[in-house]
Amino acid sequence: MASTSEPAGASEDSGASGTSGASVISGASDASGISGASGTAEPAAPVLEVRDLAKHYPLTRGVLVKRRTGAVRAVDTVSFALGRGETLGIVGESGCGKSTVARLLVSLERPTAGTIHYRGEDITRLSGRALRAVRRNIQMVFQDPYTSLNPRMTVGDIIGEPFEIHPEAAPKGDRRRAVQELLEVVGLSPEHINRYPHQFSGGQRQRIGIARGVALRPEVIVADEPVSALDVSVRAQVVNLLESLRDEFGLSYVFIAHDLSVVRHISDRIAVMYLGRITETGTGPEIYGHPTHPYTQALLSAVPVPDPEPREGRERILLTGDVPSPANPPSGCRFRTRCWKARERCAVETPTLTVPPDLPGPAAHPSACHFAEERVVVPAPS
Amino acid sequence: MTRLLDVQDLRVEFRTRDGIAEAVGGVSYGVDAGRTLAVLGESGSGKSVTAQAIMGILDSPPGRVTGGRVLFRGRDLLTMSARERRRIRGAAMAMIFQDALSALNPVLPVGAQLAEMYQVHRGMSGKDARRRAVELMDRVRIPAAGQRAGDYPHQFSGGMRQRIMIAMAMALEPDLIIADEPTTALDVTVQAQVMDLLAELRREYAMGLVLITHDLGVVADVADTIAVMYAGRIVETAPVRDLYRRPAHPYTRGLLDSVPRVNDRGARRNDRGARRNDPGEPAGRGDRARRNRRGHHGGRLYAIKGAPPSPLALPSGCPFHPRCPRAQEICRGERPPLYEVTAAAASPASGGRTSACHFWKDELDGLDV
Repeated sequence: MASTSEPAGASEDSGASGTSGASVISGASDASGISGASGTAEPAAPVLEVRDLAKHYPLTRGVLVKRRTGAVRAVDTVSFALGRGETLGIVGESGCGKSTVARLLVSLERPTAGTIHYRGEDITRLSGRALRAVRRNIQMVFQDPYTSLNPRMTVGDIIGEPFEIHPEAAPKGDRRRAVQELLEVVGLSPEHINRYPHQFSGGQRQRIGIARGVALRPEVIVADEPVSALDVSVRAQVVNLLESLRDEFGLSYVFIAHDLSVVRHISDRIAVMYLGRITETGTGPEIYGHPTHPYTQALLSAVPVPDPEPREGRERILLTGDVPSPANPPSGCRFRTRCWKARERCAVETPTLTVPPDLPGPAAHPSACHFAEERVVVPAPS
Repeated sequence: MTRLLDVQDLRVEFRTRDGIAEAVGGVSYGVDAGRTLAVLGESGSGKSVTAQAIMGILDSPPGRVTGGRVLFRGRDLLTMSARERRRIRGAAMAMIFQDALSALNPVLPVGAQLAEMYQVHRGMSGKDARRRAVELMDRVRIPAAGQRAGDYPHQFSGGMRQRIMIAMAMALEPDLIIADEPTTALDVTVQAQVMDLLAELRREYAMGLVLITHDLGVVADVADTIAVMYAGRIVETAPVRDLYRRPAHPYTRGLLDSVPRVNDRGARRNDRGARRNDPGEPAGRGDRARRNRRGHHGGRLYAIKGAPPSPLALPSGCPFHPRCPRAQEICRGERPPLYEVTAAAASPASGGRTSACHFWKDELDGLDV
């Protein structure tokens, strides 16, 4: 529905959804493991449609008289669609712009350029009451369960606060019961409604943050590194909770993380970001099993696998150097300064995120590389 | 042969307003020259406090070593004079911290900080020391080391800063390095670079390395032996392959089962239960299948229930029993000793496998709960 209002750019995206649809069939063993809502992962009717999104933060000099000396291009021409009931994973290293995308999606930041369509409406231009109505449906779960909860508020007040802002969601008399129900939904005891955040462990606090996120029964939850601050033994509990909430409430997730293993587990589709741009996107089997962008390949090859066995068969691509500064990104392809395939063309011509023409099967998914080529770096376990 | 580092029954307490917290409750581990011991544990498991006690940099008060021995080349660091200990700590053992930005001096150029090591410990002239500092930066592959020696820590990226930390630890060519979560704050691509560098230096200088981490993946890459800590105690020690292939403690197994793998979306999904049982493995392992019979279904990860206990209120008996699927009456009442794990399947070179579980045999054989 959003695409009807934006006929111009729709072709690229329908191409993307076409390929991911095809490979869901080819990777049938994976799809069969997904239950209920997430199985209908087709981005046919996107809940969110992001087009050419950009966020530049000005760099200024001077204390009294500020002069603009440049801009940090945190996010640059990012486009994607999020289907109903779908989980889109966004991965990338620190500084790649994934958290900025999250903040733009929930309107905590205004984009420099581009649009975000929710139910056919561009939410980047909304304000006041209209913006509030949209925000009710797009909620966020934050990374740090220690700083994202007000230490002076009781758990009941924290989870109930969304109802204060959106009184239409629950009548006043019902709120306490609504909060208790939410506590139960996220696996906490309803009797703990009067406790304070410091009385809970990290995992429990993240459950509180999640309860606040789902309180208004939103359609979309943007989760920015929701489990990376948690201990290993608790992380799986919270991942499972997010998955069961998705199935129960039919939520769509934008799941942002740097942990590629967790992203693979929870996501239907994955977008890899590097220096403010999406470099490759596709389904789990496409991205992890058949990566075609050199950056994705390097990233995957560097992921430590908790198993000494498959190490011998694994290819390690060691990137040299660090990520360049987004204030002064390389021309053309932004990865070229660390890429072993880089040629002259890469410095001149910015590669677009399109399906490379001559790649077969699951390798045929959007990849922003002039020399996209399949290379298996994480062998499937035998 | 005396071991390079031999920690015996180390105990550390913290006095807090709410009572005495037993942060380390009798930890024993050791490492030989040229080997890597990984200490794996979650936050609050006591892994870092143990390291601080070994290095003698425990915040005290409130922390206090209440028992045990820390033998370095056979000599107990805990009973020697402060002066003697300082001499060993500077030259023979060094530590690498997680957060290089707060571990380095922010108002001194990195070259000067490195040079200081040579001036203080080796009595070198300023000029010689600076030259050695640049060589050292070059050795840890900091590009244009000569020019960058005059830069301050904040001018370096996270990965480069961690290299400087490594350079600093390496400066006096110590026999032992303790690295506390050296790559946790880094991105994966940089993390791989730094771990490779550490492993390379360890080989080159035949150092002993104690690698403290919470990351099962990082450990699998570089460790020879792994000690798993939980609630201030070691629950299992094993050669790296044995630990991953056949854990002998329910906590270790739970950890292994609860992390998703990058190469396998649903390793722990029910329809794939039997798949990872390679023929080489003893019958009855089938842990994935086992989990499913226990009712973990539909693509969910296996999760250890509950949360780690507070060191102020450790459970009776085995500290893991409230979260353990295998717990019996005896686990509530009796704290398990570190049993010697002796199984035919332990690889020949292994030796010294231990497990603090009353039912380690069942766990090792993957018997159903």
